[in-house]
Amino acid sequence: MSDVADRVKKIVVEHLGVEADKVTEAASFIDDLGADSLDTVELVMAFEEEFGVEIPDDAAEKILTVADAINFIGANSK
Amino acid sequence: MRRVVITGLGLVTPLGANVETAWANILASRSGAGPITRFDASNQACRIACEVKAGDGTGMTFDANSRVDYKVQRQVDPFIVYGIDAAGQAIEDAGLTDMTEEERFRAGCSIGSGIGGLPGIEIESIVLHEKGPRRVSPHFVHGRLINLISGQVSIKYGLMGPNHAVVTACSTGAHAIGDAARMIALDDADVMLAGGSESALCPLGIAGFAQARALSTAFNDTPERASRPYDKDRDGFVMGEGAGVVVLEEYERAKKRGAKIYGEVIGYGLTGDAYHVTAPHPEGSGAFRSMQMALRKAGLNPEDIDYINAHGTSTPMGDELELGAVKRLFGSAIDNVSMSSTKSAIGHLLGGAGAVEAIFCLLALRDQVAPPTLNLDNPSEACVGVDLVPHVAKQRRIRAVLNNSFGFGGTNATLVMRGV
Repeated sequence: MSDVADRVKKIVVEHLGVEADKVTEAASFIDDLGADSLDTVELVMAFEEEFGVEIPDDAAEKILTVADAINFIGANSK
Repeated sequence: MRRVVITGLGLVTPLGANVETAWANILASRSGAGPITRFDASNQACRIACEVKAGDGTGMTFDANSRVDYKVQRQVDPFIVYGIDAAGQAIEDAGLTDMTEEERFRAGCSIGSGIGGLPGIEIESIVLHEKGPRRVSPHFVHGRLINLISGQVSIKYGLMGPNHAVVTACSTGAHAIGDAARMIALDDADVMLAGGSESALCPLGIAGFAQARALSTAFNDTPERASRPYDKDRDGFVMGEGAGVVVLEEYERAKKRGAKIYGEVIGYGLTGDAYHVTAPHPEGSGAFRSMQMALRKAGLNPEDIDYINAHGTSTPMGDELELGAVKRLFGSAIDNVSMSSTKSAIGHLLGGAGAVEAIFCLLALRDQVAPPTLNLDNPSEACVGVDLVPHVAKQRRIRAVLNNSFGFGGTNATLVMRGV
């Protein structure tokens, strides 16, 4: 699980250009990390690539925080 | 009509990513050409280009981080990054980064490109074919569109006046400046960031221009010798990349705030060949009428022009046709003109060329020096008798300058500028 968390955080840092210590599990992509709606689409694509999961649009809409992403991937990746 | 002056300059070129470095290297007769390093060009007919070198911003290098946000850099094609940086340099140079909201309502952007985000289109097309539509970047469209330099710059600096982008192939930069100057003259705006940018340095771009038989292919082993306008051995242009942006400002406003004034846009000509999509008119009639119109608007005669920055791309046909048109228009006044092609040093910046070269014209005015035409070892016969400033820069009196740009589609633009 912590491996998933680290990899998620690394992707967020790379895509949004934010300091690593700001990427807490509670951080909201839009409210705390400066993402806009298209950035979140790109993040979801990057999670899909990295973890080999498919994140359908209705599930992606519910991934609002770093923890949401970690939990979804933890529950759905093989 | 209101008068329009230039109060800020910005350059990203293969010979330096700021105005003074690029200009010093131009005057020192340096070439920005080299083997293509951006991608593997080993299977291309043309394997050379004038690339902007990424680095920390010192020497000839360009540091994207100095003016372009990290996220924007990730999302957009290089031509937009270069354009934002050149625009930033220009607005800083003009001292206009702290305009009031009222002033910013009257400040706009007219920064174009000839081709736009071709490298990104090429890459994303491969993604689409290999991985499917759900892997195409959500930033694909707005990271490639030509008007997104103007879009990004307007957001970054809060410019809420006209937001425009010219697309006229290799005359884009000149048209962008000419059109924006009119917007100020006609009272649509008081300040305009105007210019052009290009980076089509990708396998598809090089292959496409090579297949159109436009690129030099005979100098792959000696790249710095390939761009040789007016020389007998010229065989096509060398692709460059980069951007040029100027701040245009209404004259009374600029004077009132004590701005540094590089020159005044006094003439603008624009015509069409109505002849062929890539070949210039065999008598250079579009070029002739474009220059004639610009001089008429400027209220000048040919003998008032001291320096011409030619389109002069180093293609076998184009150089002589332009020169023929200049000779016909200038008559005996040709004896006192210096005319050179700075494409011999930085290659052809396509949609950026006209703006970058307009800046070189303004610097020629400022420093009273004509930049050189490199590699002009053996002028072809039609070029004899004209001062094409071979090899080395030439100190001389320069009162007014004329800048030509011509593009695919038979589009022509001429700017005439002089000191204030």
